[in-house]
Amino acid sequence: MSTREIAGQTIDLTDEGFMTDYTQWNKEIAEILAKEEGIESLTDRHYEVMEFMRKEYEENGTAPSIRKLNKLNVVPTKELYQLFPGGPAKKAAKIAGLTKPQGCI
Amino acid sequence: MILGAGTAGTMMLNKLEAELSKDEWHITIVDQFETHYYQPGFLFIPFGIYTKRDVMKPKREFFPPGVDVIFSGIDLIEPDSNRVKLSNGKTLNYDFLIVATGSKVNPGETEGLTGEFWQKNIFDFYTIEGACNLSHFLKYWEGGKMVLNIIEMPIKCPVAPLEFVFLADWWFTEQGIRDKVDIEFVTPLPGAFTKPKASQIFGDFLEKKNIRLIPEFNTGRVDGERKKIISWDEKEIDYDLLVTIPTNMGDSVIERSGMGDELNFIPTDPFTLQSKAHENVFVIGDATDLPSSKAGSVAHFQADILFENILSAMDNRPLRAKFDGHANCYIESGFGKGILIDFNYDTEPLPGKFPLPGVGPFSLLEETKMNHYGKMMFRWMYWNLLLKGAELPIESQMMMAGKRV
Repeated sequence: MSTREIAGQTIDLTDEGFMTDYTQWNKEIAEILAKEEGIESLTDRHYEVMEFMRKEYEENGTAPSIRKLNKLNVVPTKELYQLFPGGPAKKAAKIAGLTKPQGCI
Repeated sequence: MILGAGTAGTMMLNKLEAELSKDEWHITIVDQFETHYYQPGFLFIPFGIYTKRDVMKPKREFFPPGVDVIFSGIDLIEPDSNRVKLSNGKTLNYDFLIVATGSKVNPGETEGLTGEFWQKNIFDFYTIEGACNLSHFLKYWEGGKMVLNIIEMPIKCPVAPLEFVFLADWWFTEQGIRDKVDIEFVTPLPGAFTKPKASQIFGDFLEKKNIRLIPEFNTGRVDGERKKIISWDEKEIDYDLLVTIPTNMGDSVIERSGMGDELNFIPTDPFTLQSKAHENVFVIGDATDLPSSKAGSVAHFQADILFENILSAMDNRPLRAKFDGHANCYIESGFGKGILIDFNYDTEPLPGKFPLPGVGPFSLLEETKMNHYGKMMFRWMYWNLLLKGAELPIESQMMMAGKRV
């Protein structure tokens, strides 16, 4: 656990750089985190997906899976990989200020 | 009422039937199929170690006399009305429901997987048909590139894909064609396994056996014509023989009944095994959404916990027994050896010794002949003790004794 000054605000992070309190998040923070993940600028589409993920997180305490985002017609899997190249589940959660998605055994 | 007479459902049936008073309780079990398959045995079929006959028995052999057995599909579960509608037209009511409908592979979830090459040079080994077809294919294969591919997690028995490539390395060596076969292990995980220590040790085994590990590959589609698997971000891997672990999902009746998540697994309390949505519905084995392995050993440990909790619920008492996520897996590693892992929700697989009264100790995370015997002995235990609900000399809670932290 660590804290960090970002966009004039102090945020709490895990060792892997995931925010531990999603309420500390705002769009300025998201832009900076996105750049660090190799995404130059966030589009409306990015925010649409992240807002949905944040709403799910608020309701269920965990970020939705890629499959759920696809099934609920939030974003097709193919597009999600284009929006958040690399590991979209982890990357999108990180930029959206959510904790690391639960892995499985 | 118990839905599903697989490993978990059959164990619960036997445990409850032996305990519950016939004057007060009536048990019904429903399943659509009459044959019980020993699923851990599917792994051995492609290599001719087991045949179909070694892994099948009639389900009836494991049902105690006096219980109501219905062979029928299930159309709909209506947990708000405590009712189940069967495909045979009957509607049954229950006081308590145990859902043990399991999980199965769904190759249709991946574009291009079930096309004209399915079961020709693309196989699964999680079904009896796939395992038998692959056995026939391997018998006459002269070599090339074999890709073992996990489409997405979670999957049933997460160690089985590793066992498959370990055994394949041995089998091709035995056939004298190992130098003509390239083996690749392609997984969406960051390493060979889900847990860090075991992942590293299994990674070393893969390297030692000259099996190439390709991590973080998320398969989007298969191009059977060009013999390639293609990831969501357009990376390509070619193959001559594709052995795939398709998407695993809970039964479709769970989706129809609105009881599941996006993979048709039922949201379940990870400790008490009570369904999160309905107090009188309990879930066991692969049908749950628990972050534990989908494996027979896990279902077995869960059965001990669920048995206690069901009895408490019937007496209207709090649910005291807590499942800890315990899993215990013998991993066949080829050349007559095996590896054992033992872990739970909080403790990842660790090296050391695993004590087992009368037989053990077994070595953990190490290749030994003893672990291989443990694996082969297990089939006998499964048919003769485990399914019948008998006590095994292994605790349902994980023990730290022997483990090196």
